[in-house]
Amino acid sequence: MKKTRRDILIVLAAAIVIIGVVALLMLLPQTHKNDGFVTHEAFDDAHSISLGFSKTIDKSVAQDLSNYVVFEEDEPDIQMQPQSALLSPDAQTLHLRFAETLNPDLPHILKINNLDAAGSVTTIRLAQSQWVWLFSILISALLINNFVFTKYLGLCVFFGTSKRKNTATGMGVVFTIVMLVSAMMSWAINEYVLVPYHLEFLQIVVFIGLVSLTVQAVDTILRKVNPVLFNAFGIFLVLVIANCIIIAVPLFMVSSQYGFWETFMLALGAGGGFLLALYLMSAVRERLELAQIPESFQGLPIAFILAGQFALAFLGFSGLQF
Amino acid sequence: MRNQLSKTGLLARGILGENPVFKLALSMCPAVGISTTVMNGIMLGVAVIFVQIFSSLTIALIKNLIHPRIRIPTYTLTIATWVTIIDLVLAAFFPEAYAKMGIFVKLIVAFAIITMRLEMFASKESVSDSIFDALGMGIGFLVGMVAIGFVRELLGSGMILGHDVLGYKPLLFFILPCAGFFVVGFMMAFFNWIEAVYRKKMEERT
Repeated sequence: MKKTRRDILIVLAAAIVIIGVVALLMLLPQTHKNDGFVTHEAFDDAHSISLGFSKTIDKSVAQDLSNYVVFEEDEPDIQMQPQSALLSPDAQTLHLRFAETLNPDLPHILKINNLDAAGSVTTIRLAQSQWVWLFSILISALLINNFVFTKYLGLCVFFGTSKRKNTATGMGVVFTIVMLVSAMMSWAINEYVLVPYHLEFLQIVVFIGLVSLTVQAVDTILRKVNPVLFNAFGIFLVLVIANCIIIAVPLFMVSSQYGFWETFMLALGAGGGFLLALYLMSAVRERLELAQIPESFQGLPIAFILAGQFALAFLGFSGLQF
Repeated sequence: MRNQLSKTGLLARGILGENPVFKLALSMCPAVGISTTVMNGIMLGVAVIFVQIFSSLTIALIKNLIHPRIRIPTYTLTIATWVTIIDLVLAAFFPEAYAKMGIFVKLIVAFAIITMRLEMFASKESVSDSIFDALGMGIGFLVGMVAIGFVRELLGSGMILGHDVLGYKPLLFFILPCAGFFVVGFMMAFFNWIEAVYRKKMEERT
């Protein structure tokens, strides 16, 4: 029995890794948008942008500052123009300097008139690499804003299932899978049904409804298709609904206006962070059984104090930045 | 399975015997997360009482129509409906307090205590008993939140309900979110200790 459970865990972990790799591979085409005429675009610092081109460009066009417009992608009304434009001697590299302070963390759009040919508009999107951004969402949900230790969510299930390492990993894995499935469905319904028809007030009902339907469907299918797996993980399925993280992630996704892959990474980080917290806690609580604890502290009180110490330790991650 | 307790017995059970925060240890997320002031505790407690009473009432009314296999989704959707209502009401009439509580009003939907009362009580007992049970549990939650909020606000900012009562430099530690874990842990231990001492005295007397 114990061996089958370990095998199941390994298979599930492998499935998650494969999904993650496929997800990253599908991102690949997005990162090479500006191939062709523009070969290089980047922020040098908060005041300057450097550009590289595959052919020489006209000096008189490049130095006419009225040809340039820069704005943040989310706020096209606030347009800025560079203070100076410096063309390198080989006429293939351009440095723009700005009087305003730009925020390199936000995606910017740079439009240049007449550069490729007279009357043309070259549009360049300057943004942090999608990979870095998605990775930072994952790490943030996993460690910096760990849902258990720094946002204090999902505590009922956290204290209930962290007594043994076996139950802790089982709960963590089941939760991660349900979290991923329900977050992706929530994203799709929010994006294509709720927002277009102005039904945002139904968000809570729809999100929690999706979770309980997922859980119910998995429960029914697993019971018939694979009773062994059901015996190992069935008891955790009901507990998933009682975990606030499962509803907090879609709400967070809506308030941050996340896209598909951003939501995917957030859900993966939230589930992984919960698994990590459960595993750490269960490792300590197994040791606690051998310790001599004052009678009135036994059970939950000491578990709370332990969690407080973990929370203090996780505060240290708040300095982590990309 | 009929309920044996009177109406006042149901109320008292929720507040003392089975206090959802200190005894059943359910709905701990808000108890740790936003119990920094007494006012937060009162506001969230009132919201929980509202949701608990109306969900219990709804489920007690329709309990014979629910198929046992889909009872959990039914409970969740009932709770979600009432949470949406209180969420919109609070956002419209108490915008400042609502902003302080942030995401937690919406999260009432996932509080284990409400689902548990529907499963254990409202789906089996009569409508009037269910309302009193819900009221007792709701008030028990409110009392727990206010007790934790009282300790944290008094020690962390030296104030009660915004009035300065201590007049010395408070301990910032208790306002830090992670102190919620420590305060709840020590308060639980304190109540366990009181109970143990009380039980010992009763045994000596008999």
